[in-house]
Amino acid sequence: MSEREVVIKLRGIRNQFGRQVVHEDLDLDVYRGEILGVVGGSGTGKSVLLRTIAGLQRPAAGSVDVLGTDVLNADEDTRQKLESRWGVMFQDGALFSSLTVRENVEVPMRAIPGLDPQIRADLADLKISMVGLQYLAGDKYPSELSGGMRKRAGLARALALDPDIVFLDEPTAGLDPIGASAFDQLIRGLSHSLGLTVFLVTHDLDTLHATCDRIAVLAERKVLVTGSMADMLKVDHPWVHEYFHGPRARAAVPDGAAKTGQKGD
Amino acid sequence: MAYGGTVMSGGVGAEFILGPADDTGTVHLSGALTIRTVTQARNQLLALDRTTFRRIDLSSVTRLDTAGAWALLMLKADGTNAEIAFVGASAEAQSLLSSVEQALPKPEAPPALDGSFSAWLGRFGQRVFSGLMFLRALTGYLGIFLHRLARALRHPSEFKLTSLVHHCEEVGLKAVPIVALMAFLIGVVLAFQGSTQLRQFGAEVFVVDLIAISVLRELGILLTAIIVAGRTASAFTAAIGSMKMREEIDAMRTLGLDPGMNLFVPRILALFIMLPILGLIANLAGLFGGALMAWIDLGISPAMFTTRLVEGTAVSHVFVGLVKAPVFALIIGVVGCHAGMQVQSNAESLGRMTSNAVVTAIFAVIVADAVFSIFFARIGI
Ligand SMILES: Nc1ncnc2c1ncn2[C@@H]1O[C@H](COP(=O)(O)OP(=O)(O)OP(=O)(O)O)[C@@H](O)[C@H]1O
Ligand SMILES: [Mg+2]
Repeated sequence: MSEREVVIKLRGIRNQFGRQVVHEDLDLDVYRGEILGVVGGSGTGKSVLLRTIAGLQRPAAGSVDVLGTDVLNADEDTRQKLESRWGVMFQDGALFSSLTVRENVEVPMRAIPGLDPQIRADLADLKISMVGLQYLAGDKYPSELSGGMRKRAGLARALALDPDIVFLDEPTAGLDPIGASAFDQLIRGLSHSLGLTVFLVTHDLDTLHATCDRIAVLAERKVLVTGSMADMLKVDHPWVHEYFHGPRARAAVPDGAAKTGQKGD
Repeated sequence: MAYGGTVMSGGVGAEFILGPADDTGTVHLSGALTIRTVTQARNQLLALDRTTFRRIDLSSVTRLDTAGAWALLMLKADGTNAEIAFVGASAEAQSLLSSVEQALPKPEAPPALDGSFSAWLGRFGQRVFSGLMFLRALTGYLGIFLHRLARALRHPSEFKLTSLVHHCEEVGLKAVPIVALMAFLIGVVLAFQGSTQLRQFGAEVFVVDLIAISVLRELGILLTAIIVAGRTASAFTAAIGSMKMREEIDAMRTLGLDPGMNLFVPRILALFIMLPILGLIANLAGLFGGALMAWIDLGISPAMFTTRLVEGTAVSHVFVGLVKAPVFALIIGVVGCHAGMQVQSNAESLGRMTSNAVVTAIFAVIVADAVFSIFFARIGI
């Protein structure tokens, strides 16, 4: 883990809505293959940050560099190529409600020239199965799925093209503890076997503890600190301290069990 | 760290090459085996003579993704080459292969559509049955409406008067301009068409009877009902449906508020009160339009028109027309409310049920009108 490749590089990001400044002079690096957990209070701009990196929100200032491409100044073609190398899973899946789950997963694959429709459907089934949905779920419409299944389907669609990076916005919010921890396992497993870099926004301390290699804390309009769970426990900024030492944190992070922030391979 | 990270820049350009099997029964693959090349790869792999090789060498594959892994594993999975081995795979490729292998979906065949006659008959029967169930459900909603109405009579405090007035304004008052305009134009058209035909027989004056009977007996109320069905049935479905969609109806129930009393009664009752009034307005506007056109086109003065109207047209025509209005109102209201309650938790079903409600309401109104015609013809009014 010496010279690690930086896949997402944010420098001097400034986001504002009207007079409300959400981010100011924000820097962040994300390394290849890691699972980065982003935490912060409600309204600190985690979702806005995710949208900024994924090119859905143009920052007022700063540079966004993903996989060596300057996202903000790239031309249409470069951007399109880049977009097929990342996948985004939105909070409630954001599946297309008029398509079945299988068709939803096929949507990004349709951009591949010359891909045989039968193979496309089979690959979609494979992705659906990889995220732990049952085979018959492929024929269902999003409205016929539970919240947890929708999230899995959203993940399957985000993974359709074997992206290098996936962005997950609160993947375990609204799941029962068993479902949430299964989802944590799933993300870890997939990131390991597919070599994914994961940018994960979450409020869930258990998820942070179980999946993330590194944690970035968003506060005071920037990334306040990054580091492993163990590092977080030592930070003495009041909010960070409260977050990682509060009653919920103590339940999620048993003493001495803090991870060191390295992934298996 | 990530497999393929170093060769990603190869992108689309990296071609996939498959060599023939060599003496040791090994097929050599090289290049990128990804979703972009998988169609070609799968076809070539399937075209290989299965008996000539037992191993696939992956050592010069530059990039492998899940699609590529799937294409390789499908050789094994479809049974013919179950004992095939993959050699020379890097550690990452090996781990990808094994995770894909674990995840390979096990298709459960969906029930096939049986094409035989008896199956067709079965499906036909099911359609008929679901049609009957739909009628039953509508009757059920009519029952709910009547029951809640009776309850409101006994417990007037539960009745939502404000809501009723609001809906009377929505479905009645606001529909007056469009209904009046439509009926006026119908009167004009009837007078114009009638006059050209009747003039051939020198029977121009009968145009008054033509207009009076067709507007009062049929067209006034039927077209009003159709316009109201389009306007109001859709509005009922959309309003109730969007409440259903956001679970507001369930919330009402848990708060002890009955949807029948709070949503259905004010709406259907408002229609019940307002549709006859709208029908009356349509009748007047239609006669006015007809009289105007008769005056301009045939020179039948308004006074003459009125005299002829009063002498030649039985009052029973007005009665026959207006007695249908409350029935149409119930049909439109019940169809609209029922469709609203069928909305599920997605926006699509809201749209579908709204247009369903309009089509069903208009269709039902026309069927009811036909039944009325037969009935009145039988009893001779
Ligand atoms: N489109 C927008 N227009 C105006 N303000 C916005 C917009 N999107 C976000 N904001 C503001 O930016 C701030 C950050 O929002 P964001 O959604 O990123 O919060 P968050 O950190 O994801 O919170 P949560 O944890 O609740 O999801 C909020 O104060 C929000 O009001
Ligand atoms: Mg958010």
